[in-house]
Amino acid sequence: MPESLLFYVLSGLAVGASALVIGQRNPMYSVLLLIVSFAALAGLYITLDAPFVAMAQMIIYAGAIMVLFLFVVMLLNAPQEDGAEWDRTHPLRRPGFARIGVVLAVLLVAELGWALAKVVSLGSPVGGRADGAVIGSVREMGRVLFTQYSFAFEATSVLILVAMVGAVVLARREGDA
Amino acid sequence: MDQTILRPAVVGLMIFIVFNALIIASAILVYAERKIMGFMQQRYGPYLVGPYGMMQPFADILKLLFKEELRPKGADKLLFTLAPVLAVVTAFAAFSTVPFGGETTLFGLLQQPMKLGVADVNVGVLVIFAVTSMGVYGIVLAGWSSNSKYALFGGLRASAQMISYELSYATALAAIIMLAGSMSVREMVDAQTGYWLGGWIPKWYLFIQPVGFIIYFIAGVAETNRAPFDFPEAEQELVAGFNTEYSSVRFALFPQAEYINMVTVAAVATNLFLGGWHGLFPFWTPVDYYIEAWNIGWLVFLAKIGGILFFYIWMRWTVPRYRYDQLMKFGWKYLLPASVINLLVTAAAVLYFNA
Repeated sequence: MPESLLFYVLSGLAVGASALVIGQRNPMYSVLLLIVSFAALAGLYITLDAPFVAMAQMIIYAGAIMVLFLFVVMLLNAPQEDGAEWDRTHPLRRPGFARIGVVLAVLLVAELGWALAKVVSLGSPVGGRADGAVIGSVREMGRVLFTQYSFAFEATSVLILVAMVGAVVLARREGDA
Repeated sequence: MDQTILRPAVVGLMIFIVFNALIIASAILVYAERKIMGFMQQRYGPYLVGPYGMMQPFADILKLLFKEELRPKGADKLLFTLAPVLAVVTAFAAFSTVPFGGETTLFGLLQQPMKLGVADVNVGVLVIFAVTSMGVYGIVLAGWSSNSKYALFGGLRASAQMISYELSYATALAAIIMLAGSMSVREMVDAQTGYWLGGWIPKWYLFIQPVGFIIYFIAGVAETNRAPFDFPEAEQELVAGFNTEYSSVRFALFPQAEYINMVTVAAVATNLFLGGWHGLFPFWTPVDYYIEAWNIGWLVFLAKIGGILFFYIWMRWTVPRYRYDQLMKFGWKYLLPASVINLLVTAAAVLYFNA
């Protein structure tokens, strides 16, 4: 019982904080609530016997990426989101690639629904996989990551590289070498 | 006595001891810093309160307790209050997985021997790293919520500095994780027992990972915002940086968090590179034997931490502060490549010798 109670408390925290992220007017509070959500997720990983994943979540997402977010929010020092015209246009009528965002969002929701349906058919939400303990060990995770899931691993790293190159290209000023 | 009650009680006692030891350590560090600074600048340092001025930190904290708590008008109330609490809580929490001694039965009180340390987690290194990386939020939020330009700059610098040096810090740790083949701090320490070269050199990771130790230490100084990397405060440039608008107890919490973080960095350095509570003396002296026999390894541990902390303070009053662009350049162009090369070389060596 205490473990499933922990599950409901942590998942409630994660969902609640994520919902509040969207609701905030102040981007600073959005970032902080996102950190709360990530921390709750890390707690969920611990209940699933995956302490390494939990700590990676804390270090990479809650630690490094969110510090970067805070840095950008503080650098721009925007007290409020600038709404105005952009907010009033319907998502589908926005110019350029903004429309594709909607398509991606719909896809994401569809995928989520599919994944949830699959999980529901498996039964209990708590407990995770039968071999959860094995996946939790760092040694086994490294082995699986570089053998069974090596394609996904490499594809992800290429994706990150593409994003990095894209960011550099976008950030480079005209005329710079 | 009933072991089922006794054991949790002992764990509780351990938490109590560690918590208070950290508070006392920060008081001692305040005194030591002022005294050593005085010595290096050829003056006395504090000498009026108590014998040799030893009660100075307590006088300081009493003074701060009676000060008025000020808050700027435009400050964000919630975050302004939360920031110092966050800083100090993460500083305390980071020490929870740092082991500081071998096993003890507390003079036969416990049936099963207990390991000295609050919690023994098998991903201990990562827990320490994760919690210390949360510590920067206290500083960043303090800077942002004060609604003051100097504080904001301090917070900005803290976050940029943290991102830059965290990478090298983690990469230096990863090399040690590979050498030890474990993420448990206790197992890493136990892997460093014994001697090389007929007992002349203790088996510390410092001697196989000298580059790693230097990188870890530099990044650790940057992470704890100490000179020569104390940019978030930089009193000559930013008044007092992120804590410009703080006063009274809220202000006192920031230096306290800083000193506790210093102790944690020194403790992790001791455990990972300097053999923790093992071996300090050459093998032919019986000292090491008695240290193990009497189970007073934690004294050795304290001595090593003290040495590192002295070096910390020494550095602050010897090396001038970098320029901000130099800090970024140094972090990204020298420290990070050096740590990545160190990691690759270590990985190759581990594969070659252990495969």
